Amino acid sequence: MTPTPLWRRYARLFGPDPAADVKDELRFHLQAKIDDLITQGWPPGTAHREAERQFGDLRAVEQIGLRLGEKMERRRRLNDYWNDSVQDARYTLRALGRDPGFATVCILILALAIGANTAVFSVVNTLLLRPLPFADSNQLVWIAPPPNACGLSCATYSADAYEEFRDQSRVYQDVTGYEAFTTPDNLRVTGRGEPQPATSVELIGNFFQVLGVQPAMGRLFTVDEARGGPHPVALLTSAYWRREFNADPAIVGKAVELNGTPITIVGVLPDSFDFGAVFSPGAKVDLFTPLDLNLEHDWGNIVTLLGRLKPGVIVAQALDDANRVAPNMYFNVKYPRTLGRYKGDLIPVPLKDYVTGKLRRSLLALWFAVGTILLIAGVNLSNLLMARAAARAKEFAVRGALGASRGRIVRQLLMESLVLSGAGALLGLALARILLAWLAHQGSLALPLLSTLRIDGETLAWTVIVAISTATIFGLLPGLKIASGNLQEVLKDSGPGAGRGRNHERLRAALVVSEIALACVLLVSAGLLLRSFVKVLDVDLGFQPGRAASIKVDYDDSAPTNDASVAKRSEIFQQILARVGALPGVEAAGMSDFLPLGPNREWDTPEPKGKAVAPGELPDPLVYVITPGFIRAMGIRLRGRDFTWSDGPHSERVVLINASAARVYWPGEDALGKILMRGDEEDHVVGVVDDVHEETVEGGTGSQIYYPATQQGPAGAQLVVRTSMPPASLGGSILHAMRELNPKQPSAEFRPIQTIVDRAVSPRRFFILLVAAFAGLGLLLAALGIYGVISYSVTQRTQEIGLRMALGATAAHVQLRVIGKTLRLTLIGIATGSIASLVVARAIAALLFGTTPTDPLTFAAVILTLAMVALCAGYLPARKASHIDPMVTLRNN
Amino acid sequence: MDTARLEFFRGTLDVLILKALVWGPLHGYAITSLLRRQSDDALLLEEGTLYPALWRLEHKGLLDAEWGLSENNRKAKFYRLTPEGRRQLRHEVKTWEAYATAVAKVLGATQPPLPEKIG
Repeated sequence: MTPTPLWRRYARLFGPDPAADVKDELRFHLQAKIDDLITQGWPPGTAHREAERQFGDLRAVEQIGLRLGEKMERRRRLNDYWNDSVQDARYTLRALGRDPGFATVCILILALAIGANTAVFSVVNTLLLRPLPFADSNQLVWIAPPPNACGLSCATYSADAYEEFRDQSRVYQDVTGYEAFTTPDNLRVTGRGEPQPATSVELIGNFFQVLGVQPAMGRLFTVDEARGGPHPVALLTSAYWRREFNADPAIVGKAVELNGTPITIVGVLPDSFDFGAVFSPGAKVDLFTPLDLNLEHDWGNIVTLLGRLKPGVIVAQALDDANRVAPNMYFNVKYPRTLGRYKGDLIPVPLKDYVTGKLRRSLLALWFAVGTILLIAGVNLSNLLMARAAARAKEFAVRGALGASRGRIVRQLLMESLVLSGAGALLGLALARILLAWLAHQGSLALPLLSTLRIDGETLAWTVIVAISTATIFGLLPGLKIASGNLQEVLKDSGPGAGRGRNHERLRAALVVSEIALACVLLVSAGLLLRSFVKVLDVDLGFQPGRAASIKVDYDDSAPTNDASVAKRSEIFQQILARVGALPGVEAAGMSDFLPLGPNREWDTPEPKGKAVAPGELPDPLVYVITPGFIRAMGIRLRGRDFTWSDGPHSERVVLINASAARVYWPGEDALGKILMRGDEEDHVVGVVDDVHEETVEGGTGSQIYYPATQQGPAGAQLVVRTSMPPASLGGSILHAMRELNPKQPSAEFRPIQTIVDRAVSPRRFFILLVAAFAGLGLLLAALGIYGVISYSVTQRTQEIGLRMALGATAAHVQLRVIGKTLRLTLIGIATGSIASLVVARAIAALLFGTTPTDPLTFAAVILTLAMVALCAGYLPARKASHIDPMVTLRNN
Repeated sequence: MDTARLEFFRGTLDVLILKALVWGPLHGYAITSLLRRQSDDALLLEEGTLYPALWRLEHKGLLDAEWGLSENNRKAKFYRLTPEGRRQLRHEVKTWEAYATAVAKVLGATQPPLPEKIG
C-alpha cells in the first residue's frame, strides 16, 4: 500500500462521509473484478454483468454498509465529544483551581442568585402553579358574595340558605361549608391535668367527603353525627394528635373532655391535611366537630359555602346556576320577607383563586425581582469571565496556534461557566433549602400553604434549567467575543492597550450599564414597596396596639333565665376586671367578644329614630359586645361616655357607635344622645368612637356598633389589658388572678395586641423583606460589576496613565478621569433604569399603598444611592490609578 | 463436488479474513482473490458477503481501515489487523484446530470405541 495520496487529504474535506466510503469501496471491487475478467478473456460488455453476478446482492450489501457506517460514525463522534468534554472539564478545574479568588466570587454570586430563584420558584409553584392538595381540586369552588365592607358576616350564609342552595343547585356533586366565626383557643380541654386551650372548627358533616380527604385513622363523621347524633364526636388533626396525645395509636374511640363534655374521637386526619394553611392562613386548628345545622337556623350568617362541581361543569355555568337559585333562597325560612336576600351574592370562584388569588400579583412581582437578580448576576458572571478571558488572551492564542479550533475555545469557556454555575447551583440549592425550611415554619405568616413548602422535583428541575441557561447565555457571550477576535494578533502584539482591548471594553461597559439599569429598577420597586409598607405601619388603626395584650377568658354564665344569665355574667366579668385591674402595672382592663383584625360578625340593621329610610339603604354594622374599660384598654378614642356596670338589663339600653356609623345615621349632626331603633328596642347612643380597622390594616372601615355585655349576650370574652410595662411580664400574674376566680380557666396564651397587627401586615412584611433583600443584593452585584470594569480598565491602561503622569498630569487629574468614566457609565445606567422603572412601577401600582408609582422621593433616593455606590466602586480603582508611578511603568515597557 | 463449491460455515469467514490479513494490509478484492487462490479455488464465496464481515470486524476493532492506492492506481480501502485482531486470530485458529482434530478423529475412526470401563 502506498501512503495516503494528496487527493485523499481533501477527499473528505467536509468531514467524514461513511455513505460515500461504502459506495467507493464496492465500486472499486467491481472495477477490479471486471479488469480481471477482461484479462481472462471476457468481452467487456458481459464482464460487467458477470462481475455483478459473482458479487451477489449489491444493493443489500450497500445497505448493511450504510447502516454500520452511520453507527460507527455516531459512536466515534460521541466518543470524541466526550473525550473533549472530559479534557475541558479537567482543564477547567485546573484553571479555576489556579485562580480560587475568581472562582469563589463567581460561585458566590451565582449561588445567591440561583438560591433566590430556587426559593422563590418553590413559593410560586406551591402557591400559584401547583393545584391545591385535594383530589381533583379543580372541581372545588368557593362561593361568596363580592367583596364588601361588612366583614365576614357578609361573606357567609345562614343555615337555611346553605340548605336551600345545596338542594336547588344542579351543578354540584355536593356542597359543604364550615362555621366561619371560630376564634383561636375556643375550647377548653379538661380532665387531663391543667385545662388546656384548643382550637376547633365546626364543619358541615360532609366537609371531608367533598374535599376528598380520607382519615389517616378511624373514620369521618356519619350522617347521624352531622345532625347532632346521640354522642358528640370529634376528628383530630395529625399535628394535635402527635402533640397532645403522643401519637397514641389507639386514640380512636377514646373520649376527651371538651368544655366539660366528654367527646368521642372518631378519627385522625392525615398529615397532608392542613385546614389553616388553606382556609385561614397562619391559623392552627386542633380538632373538628360536626356543625349541627338544626341548632343554627336562627343564628344568621354563619357558614361559608364550598362546593365540588360535577365533572365537566365550568365556573361560568356554576355562576348561572347560582343566579337561578339565589332568588329562591331565604335568609330564614320563618320570615318570608327574607326571600331573595342573597340575590347577586352567590359567586362561585375556583377555590384555588380564593386561597391564593390575592397573592398573585405579589408573587409575580417577587418572581420578577429574582429574575432581575439572576440577570444582574449573569451579567456580572459575563463580565468576570470576560476580564479573565482577556487576561488569558495569550493562552488562547497559543492554544489556537497549536490547533485548537475556535469552537473548541468557545466550548472551553462554556465549560468554565457551566462548572461555575453548577457549583453555584449546588450552593444555591443549599441556601434555598435553608430559606424554605425557615419559611415553612413561619406560623405567624398569614400566607396560605406555606407549611407545604419544600424542594421537590419541579423546583430541582427549575434550578437545573436556571443554572444551565445562565451558564450558556452569559458564558457564551465572552466566549464568542474572544473567539471572534483574531487570536494570532495577540501573539504578535503583546503590548497592552492594543486595539482589541477597546472593543472588549465597549461590551463590558454595555454590560455594566445594563447592570446599573437593572439594579435601578429593582431598587425603585423595592423603594416604592418599602414606602408603602411604612405608610401601612403608619395607618391609624383606631386603637393603640402597643403595650396592650389579650387573653381568652373562660366563664360559665349558664342560668335558667336570660336575666339571671346576664346578672351572673356581669358579676363574673366585674370580678375578673376588678382583680386584674388591681394588679400592679395594669392601667386599664376590659373585655370584648371579638377583637379587631380578626373574625367579626354583624346583627340586625339598626335605624336612626325618627328618620324615614328606604330598606337596603342602611348598613349592617359590625357588632362588638364589650365591658366597661374595654375602650380605654384598647386605646380607642371616645367622645361621650364609656359603658358603666350600672348599664344593666333593666336600665336604659345604651350603645357606642363609630364615626362612620354616625355619619351614615345622622349626617351633619351630632350623634351623641340620639336613638337607634332595633325593632322596638331603643338604643341610646352615649358615645362616638373612632373607626377601628376591623378587617385589614390597608382596607377601609365600615359602620361599627358596640353593645354592653351587661345588656347583650357576648359570643365569648377576650380580656384586653393595657399595661405600663411590657405585657409579657404580666402574663403569669394575670393568669394566676383568673385561675383564682375560675379554676377551669385554661392556660391560654397572653397575646400582645401588636401581634394581631403584625399578623395582619405579615404578608406585606414578608414581601417587602424579600424584595428589599433582593434589591440590596442587586445593588451589591451592580457595585461589584462597576468596580470590576473600572479596575480592569485602569490595569489595562497602566502605561497610558503612567505616560500621562510623566507628561505632567497630576494625581487629581488622573483620579478625575477615572471617576468621570465611572460617572458616565452610571448616569447612562440610571437614565435607562429610571425609564424602565417607570414602566415597572406602573405594573406594580396595585401592590402599592398610599404611594404613587412615580413617587419622586423614592426615585430621587434610588438615583442618589446608586450614584453614591457607583462613585465608591469607582473611587477605589481611581485611587489605585493615581498612585501609579510613571517611572516604573515606563521602565517596564 | 466437481467444482468443490464449499459453502462457508457461519463464522468461518471471519477467521479466514483475519488470516488473509496476516501478511499485510489488503483491500477487499485482494482478500477474495487471496482466499480463492490459497484454497486452490476450492473455497468459493459469494463476493458480496465479504464486505459486511469486513465492516463488522472493523466495527469490533479487530481490523483497521485506511484509504490508499491499489496496484493499478485506484483508490481502495485497505484493511489491516489490529493487535486485538491478531490475538483473536490466534485464539480462533486454536479453537478451529481442536475442532478439526476432534472431527477428524471421529470421521477417521476404523472401529467402534472400546466400551467404557464400569466401576
